[in-house]
Amino acid sequence: MVDAAPQPKVKVSVKDLAIQYGGKAALSGVNLEIREHEIFGIIGPAGSGKTSFLRVLNRMDEMTTGMTFTGTVAIDGRDVRAWRNLYALRSRIGVVFPLPVGLPLSIYDNVALSPRLRGIRSASDLDEIVERCLRRAALWDEVKDRLQSLGSLLSGGQQQRLTIARALSQEPELLLLDEFSIAVDPVTTMKIEDVLKELRSEMTIVLVTNLVQQARRLADRTAFFLSGAFVEVGKTEDLFTGPVTDPRTREYVEGRFG
Amino acid sequence: MFEARPINRQNQTIERIWRGVFLAMTLVLVIPVLVILGVLVVRGGPMISWAFLTTEPTNGMTEGGVLPALLGTIALVLVALIASVPVGVAAAVYLSEYAADNWLTRTINLAIINLAGVPSIVHALFGLGAFVLFFQFGTSILAASLTLAVMALPVVIVSTRESLQAVPMAFREACWNMGATRWQTIRTVVLPNSISGILTGVILEVSRTAGETAPIMFTGAAFFLPFLPQSVYDQTMALSLHLFVISTQVPGVPDGLPYGVALVLVGIVLLMNSVSIAFRTWLRGRKKW
Amino acid sequence: MAPTPPDDHASDRRNLDWYVDRGMRWIVTVGGVSAIVFIIGIFAFVTREGFPFLFDGFEAGEFFGSPAWRPTSEPNPTYGALALIAGTASVTGLAVLSAVPFSLGAAIYIAEFATGRTREVLKVLVELLAAIPSVVWGFIGLSMMNPLIIAIFDVPVGLNVLNAGLILGLMAAPIMTTIAEDALKAVPDAYREAGEAMGATRWQVTMRVVLPAAKNGLMAAVLLGVGRGFGETMAVLMASGHSINLPTSPFDSVRALTATIAAELGETAVGSEHYQALFTLGMLLFAVTFSINLAADLFVRGVRRG
Repeated sequence: MVDAAPQPKVKVSVKDLAIQYGGKAALSGVNLEIREHEIFGIIGPAGSGKTSFLRVLNRMDEMTTGMTFTGTVAIDGRDVRAWRNLYALRSRIGVVFPLPVGLPLSIYDNVALSPRLRGIRSASDLDEIVERCLRRAALWDEVKDRLQSLGSLLSGGQQQRLTIARALSQEPELLLLDEFSIAVDPVTTMKIEDVLKELRSEMTIVLVTNLVQQARRLADRTAFFLSGAFVEVGKTEDLFTGPVTDPRTREYVEGRFG
Repeated sequence: MFEARPINRQNQTIERIWRGVFLAMTLVLVIPVLVILGVLVVRGGPMISWAFLTTEPTNGMTEGGVLPALLGTIALVLVALIASVPVGVAAAVYLSEYAADNWLTRTINLAIINLAGVPSIVHALFGLGAFVLFFQFGTSILAASLTLAVMALPVVIVSTRESLQAVPMAFREACWNMGATRWQTIRTVVLPNSISGILTGVILEVSRTAGETAPIMFTGAAFFLPFLPQSVYDQTMALSLHLFVISTQVPGVPDGLPYGVALVLVGIVLLMNSVSIAFRTWLRGRKKW
Repeated sequence: MAPTPPDDHASDRRNLDWYVDRGMRWIVTVGGVSAIVFIIGIFAFVTREGFPFLFDGFEAGEFFGSPAWRPTSEPNPTYGALALIAGTASVTGLAVLSAVPFSLGAAIYIAEFATGRTREVLKVLVELLAAIPSVVWGFIGLSMMNPLIIAIFDVPVGLNVLNAGLILGLMAAPIMTTIAEDALKAVPDAYREAGEAMGATRWQVTMRVVLPAAKNGLMAAVLLGVGRGFGETMAVLMASGHSINLPTSPFDSVRALTATIAAELGETAVGSEHYQALFTLGMLLFAVTFSINLAADLFVRGVRRG
């Protein structure tokens, strides 16, 4: 109450999270907080449990055979396990995958899918949403003349932006990006990074990345996972230049392994 | 330096011989089909006319056409489709979209394999015991079609499941991550992209069902009926049984007549098969992702 | 801890979509379970009709040991199924003997040698072979094979083990070819490439690498072919001559289990001993095909695990 600077609001809080697949541990000991309107980076070599972490945030464990987790994950202070309608929880969280997924529907329907599932039927409302989301994802100019062609036949870079437009059409509070630049050319990557910087004012972004420099460019704070264990979390810049609690973090960000 | 050594040349000769042997074996299987089809067309062809397809058999089934049998086969197949397609598609959706790898799924898969392997005459016994007697449908189109439907179920399930599973998992994941329920995902992305494959399977089912004889012999098909069935509780004639009857049970049938009936039956079956094959080829050529 | 924002509760309601999803899950589960219900139903209803006979007229020694199937002889009907079993066995045996080599040969040619258009055409022809209805096969046995056998072998009757066996062989061949081809295709290309990189020719690779790797699937193919032949009804009924015989040569007429049911069921009164005896034959057929399919499934599973 008497803090000089108001603490930023916590969006996601994770306590003692551990994830298993068929009883085998995939990630453990995660304790961190993600603040509202920040870009939160997660770095670490392949197989360190980053994707599994994202899948817990929107409770995709429930759709994944053998996946279980312990500990608490709360979004806006509410335990994700407490949700009776998981689909409603997921609809508030946008996800972008490593490999772009343009659904085999028209470009228009790709973006209109989520609003339609939410019950929006009016053509003018849908038109407006589709255009707004495609513009925000920096794709509108390239596809505005062929909105009825298949989204799944776009180029990789375009499909990735379509995926982002689709995630934005959910009007998410939380946007999860999982190594989005893996299958995308550098120019598109830069375009998407610019989009993300703009989106920060509207939502909280969790950016899992295999590129340490990408985290450095975008993330306010960053967590480091290593082979199934949470190592540490801190201001992104601190991981590169400031004090680190674990020497492996510095070794990793400086490219000495991974 | 790269000249073929003698051993290699010898190998190549052996290779060519084996290739020829395997080709010959393949031809032994496929040539009879062509011969059979040829004979059916040559001997049955002259029988086929508009009148043959649109008149009733007369004079103790030694003359006349096949109309009641043709309509009967169509009715039997249609009712069987109506009964088996919804159940079969539901089962396939369950197996492909909902089922976890547990004992229930394994049991269902085992049941499907066995359902496909049960002899057709045992299906006939089941149809008689269950539909004709126990459920008291009598010997009727309904009882015969339900028997055919149970027989055809594995065909529908297996082909539908294959087309559902041809839709990449990533599409489902993308929908689930947007908050779509499993059913919304199936309805918006999975089914629309597998419906053609499912149809292919259904056409194949039509082809198989139209030719079946044993399952309908005691459940609803009649040797001869002077009238057309009025409801699903009536008996009916059927092409397959008609062919059996006039080629084994009726004296004095002219030589060409059974060939004509066989040609009509094989024509329907192969037409359906060709449609199914053409449909499948077209599907394979169409790129949607 | 911050109080839970009210809008969380507002959006966390089980809405119509949630219940529709739940409902559809139930519906399709029922569809899946129906397969189990039907297979149990087949067993139950066939047993239900045949069961009384097992306690009354049935004697295992007579059933399996006597060739005298005289269900209509009054006052002492006999139910010896040996000749029927022998009929089924001889016809199926000849069918498998004649079809296995050609089916495997065709599968090898289609999977390992044929390419492009040839391959597609051959596959379509095999599929058409599978599509011809069994009653048409029976008619072919009756009207084409019969005179052919009489002419070639100079025998009085051409409806016999040879006729039915060859017809059944042609009928069982497509299923064996298709499943065997699948089994060959399931062998990873890396095996073939490794073999060919060592300088082996295609047939050497096929013989030494591909066939051994696919042997479980090939075994399953043969078993399913056996099952197909064993359970076939109309073709055997029409082409085998349908006379009760313990065959001593391929030119003997025989009668199969399936054909007996098909031929006699129409003439029996529901619930009579004869009627029940025919259902007992059905139980035997069900049990044997069930075992064959189970065995084939185990072989296929072996392929997947291996």
